[in-house]
Amino acid sequence: MSAHEQFSEDLALHALGALAGLERAALERHLEVCIDCQGELRQLQSDAALLALSTYGPVPPARSRKRLLKAVARERRSSGAAPRRFTPFLWVPSLASAALIVLAIFLWNQRSDLHQTLASLEGRHSAMERELRAAQDLVNTLTSPESRQVTLAPVKAPPQPQGKAYYLPSTGHLIFLASNFAPLTAGKVYELWLIPSSGSPIPAGVFQPDARGAATIVNPTLPNGVEAKAFAITIEPTGGSPAPTSQPILVGAAG
Amino acid sequence: MTTADTRAVPSDAALVSAVASGDDGAMGQLYDRYSAAVYSIALRVLGDAGMAEDLLQEVFMKLWRNAAAFDANRGGLAPWLVVITRNRAIDWLRKRRSETPVSDIALSIDPDLYSRTEFARKVGEIRSILEGMPATQKDVLEMAYFAGLTHAEIAAKTGQPLGTVKTRIRAGLLALRAALSS
Repeated sequence: MSAHEQFSEDLALHALGALAGLERAALERHLEVCIDCQGELRQLQSDAALLALSTYGPVPPARSRKRLLKAVARERRSSGAAPRRFTPFLWVPSLASAALIVLAIFLWNQRSDLHQTLASLEGRHSAMERELRAAQDLVNTLTSPESRQVTLAPVKAPPQPQGKAYYLPSTGHLIFLASNFAPLTAGKVYELWLIPSSGSPIPAGVFQPDARGAATIVNPTLPNGVEAKAFAITIEPTGGSPAPTSQPILVGAAG
Repeated sequence: MTTADTRAVPSDAALVSAVASGDDGAMGQLYDRYSAAVYSIALRVLGDAGMAEDLLQEVFMKLWRNAAAFDANRGGLAPWLVVITRNRAIDWLRKRRSETPVSDIALSIDPDLYSRTEFARKVGEIRSILEGMPATQKDVLEMAYFAGLTHAEIAAKTGQPLGTVKTRIRAGLLALRAALSS
């Protein structure tokens, strides 16, 4: 069975707004990449609009017209201004045939949906770009090979591994900066743990230090709203562990 | 709708432009032109004349308040009215389902009052196709479009297997398409 055949009946349901749940999600994923099914969906939406035309006949009572115009006049008085002017758009003839109306419904649906989706995506994209640039600036400043990283320590003392965790509990965002970490043997990684106020340690990412002993972890997958009691680092098998399997080599209490 | 020659009456665009300038006379003309279409859909979905009047009022007030929102890329007034009416009616219906079971809603379609011959012919064809469908097929189409039920809800309500509901809905839409293109 081809993908198109598989989705043909779901497309009809979707055109009527009758598809839900996982099936709808699966179809929408397919629609993103299938032009044929996009076209068929639009056609089925036009077909569905025929159902609306089948209702034509009843007329509203005369009082409805008076009610509307009364409300319009009242709203105009209360606002003190006329509605904004609009830009003329692609009107169908006022007495369009059923076929034209159906065609316009299909076009309107398609374009309206696309415009709304595009505007939403553009807004999200811009916001994400801004956030990403800010995060990149921060991380670059802290981790770039060109950055001057100076750790003050007692004279003649060997550099000690250090970790700094920046954690925002409300969003679950975390930035962790490591320095002076010794390289590990093959098959081992450092793993960062969020120690919650109650409950078991939560994995917060693994890392291998670079040649300078530095590493970063940016926004590992963490639940929102978890208050951190402390952060800790253990040495774990490559890929990390769901729970610590060794004693921490570094621990820091959350202030 | 009206029987007047389109060259003798203002276009939708001209009327909406006037509405956007605060011309309630133009609003009245648009109401005369489309109120029956809006009311018919609302009545069909809601099954209650009072609620259909309320929705008619809401849809046209939405037009009054949002004339400026229309732009060159969004299409015509008639389809906007049709789609917004159906969708808002479904919203209303779904919110009050606990009060009135869908199956209890009385349906009412008066005889065709369109005087436009072509339009009336198409509407007649559509109705004819619907009437000619097996009841099980017509019912699932109407439950989806006019009651806003999902296919799972339709299957539960009718006792038909999910796959059968899907097949009947698609076949029904294709039958309507065939009717229009014939």
